[in-house]
Amino acid sequence: MRSLVIRTRRYILANKKPQPGKTVIMRKQNKSFAQKLNTQGVAGYVFTSLFIIGFLAFMIIPMAMSFGFAFTRYNILSPPKFNGLDNFKQMFTNDPVFWQSFKATMYYVVFSVPMRLIMALLIALLLVRKSKASGLYRALFYLPSIVGSSVAIAILWKRMFASDGVINSLLQAIGINCEIAWLGRTDTAIWTLIILAVWQFGSSMLIFLSGLKQIPIALYEVADIEGAGPFQRFFKITLPMLTPTVFFNLINQLINGFMAFTQSYIITQGKPRNSTLFYTVYMYQNSFTYNKMGYGCAMAWFMILIVGTLTLILFKTQNKWVYYES
Amino acid sequence: MKHGYQETRKIHTIIYHVFTVIFALVMLYPLIWMVLGSFKNSNEILRNAAKLLPDPWITTNYSTGWAGFAGYGFGTFFKNSFIIAGISTIGAVISSAIVGYGFARCRFALKGFWFGCMLVAMMLPFQMIMIPQYILFNKMGWVGSFLPIIVPQWFGQGFFIFLNVQFIKGIPSDLDEAATIDGCSIYGIFPRIILPLIKPSLVTSAIFSFMWRWDDFLAPLIYLNDPASYPVSYALKMFSDPTAGSDWGAMFAMATLSLIPIFIIFLAFQRYLVEGIASTGIKG
Repeated sequence: MRSLVIRTRRYILANKKPQPGKTVIMRKQNKSFAQKLNTQGVAGYVFTSLFIIGFLAFMIIPMAMSFGFAFTRYNILSPPKFNGLDNFKQMFTNDPVFWQSFKATMYYVVFSVPMRLIMALLIALLLVRKSKASGLYRALFYLPSIVGSSVAIAILWKRMFASDGVINSLLQAIGINCEIAWLGRTDTAIWTLIILAVWQFGSSMLIFLSGLKQIPIALYEVADIEGAGPFQRFFKITLPMLTPTVFFNLINQLINGFMAFTQSYIITQGKPRNSTLFYTVYMYQNSFTYNKMGYGCAMAWFMILIVGTLTLILFKTQNKWVYYES
Repeated sequence: MKHGYQETRKIHTIIYHVFTVIFALVMLYPLIWMVLGSFKNSNEILRNAAKLLPDPWITTNYSTGWAGFAGYGFGTFFKNSFIIAGISTIGAVISSAIVGYGFARCRFALKGFWFGCMLVAMMLPFQMIMIPQYILFNKMGWVGSFLPIIVPQWFGQGFFIFLNVQFIKGIPSDLDEAATIDGCSIYGIFPRIILPLIKPSLVTSAIFSFMWRWDDFLAPLIYLNDPASYPVSYALKMFSDPTAGSDWGAMFAMATLSLIPIFIIFLAFQRYLVEGIASTGIKG
């Protein structure tokens, strides 16, 4: 570190431009503009101003607008008309498709998030073992998650699960006579999307891997001396030590799950009978296909409320199950 | 005795590797099937779905796919994608580094508040503000151009700001102090000392930004309405719609091509991707 300091100093000295006036002893009480600019209090705002401006312009103002529009009927062509709580009344009492989309999204989240995390943890446990090929394996298992949310994969998925697609052909090849129209049945269509989500376990796996590597070896050594078996080692050491990582992953994946859009929009288009119509897709349809911007905003706020509440509950319960060292 | 122990160990290692490789191949099967499918003729994809290797190998899918639809070839769509992802990435990397430096090294009024806002911005998904953003950009007359997709990227992206803050905090402040003594201002320290030292977090931001913009489908879907301006992601969706015919061979060819930039980034910068995810938990 010391050599770094010296090197940097040399670097600065070599690149230093002559600064006239710097040698003058400054006795004046009121600082010049340049000096004021060079205080942390001002410089901090200069550097972060980009974010602050962007945050106000592209987040706060749109959020405020959205809140206002949620209580109006607005088709973007004519000015918004205030209609009180009509949008919310319509949503909760008079729009079966709204509840269908809510149910489909919930179903997707409830199954895909835990399954993805379990898959990620299992593969991480497999790859934590050191070998010459660790790097290669890590890369191979991570690859699906890097391409998984693309349109290309969505199109591929649609073909794979078609009734004459590769999934049925492979099942037939191993002797299961299967001619299920996966995408055409209300009980299987959503599972093609869940499988796609589980397939993208890669980034959670990497987070688990780095969590696993931080567990002190000494704990396992003690467990060996005490004669603990592999299951005890996992449930008594690995899992408790990993709970902060699980917690972090859970919140991340929960938000991701509720926001899923492309899969439903491209692979199933909500079919059959709205069983795969995701909340965000229905919100998109309302706002951009039927031009019901006010209704779309109301839907967005309801989702923010749901996701916000779930996140809050998770944070509140974390001291019950998340184990933080010291 | 010792010999036997080593023997069992060897067997265990072999079982481990065989199992892992087989499992990895199962996971990658869809991708392999797609890439090889792009060299099959469409009938073969449909009729012999379980067969992996093309017979015969053909490359015409690439030429027919490249011709595109609605009078625009995939050359146009790739150009659009590179413009959108490229300019967005340059903006996101530069702005996030500048903002990250401010948060990491300066003490200023309401810093905690703004940092909290940054975390909120990081967590709040685009889907939740897309409607009012659209209304806003529509009023500004930006809808139909790349501006609504690119411009917000130039004001710092939460994840990348966070990444830079973490990274800059790891640089000893002795360096800043040494520079200050040597007459360097706060504005001079950033480009001369910090910037050269945060290259890893800049590279990580750049590759994630590029991949996300390249893959992004929702923003182009909302903001772009002329095929001439479609990026590859949106063009692929239009290309795969039944009205455009169902030439699966050509679709697979274009889908494969659309993933090539992502594959290249993955191969070249795998280390940065893995470290970026492991250290900040960025979604991949």
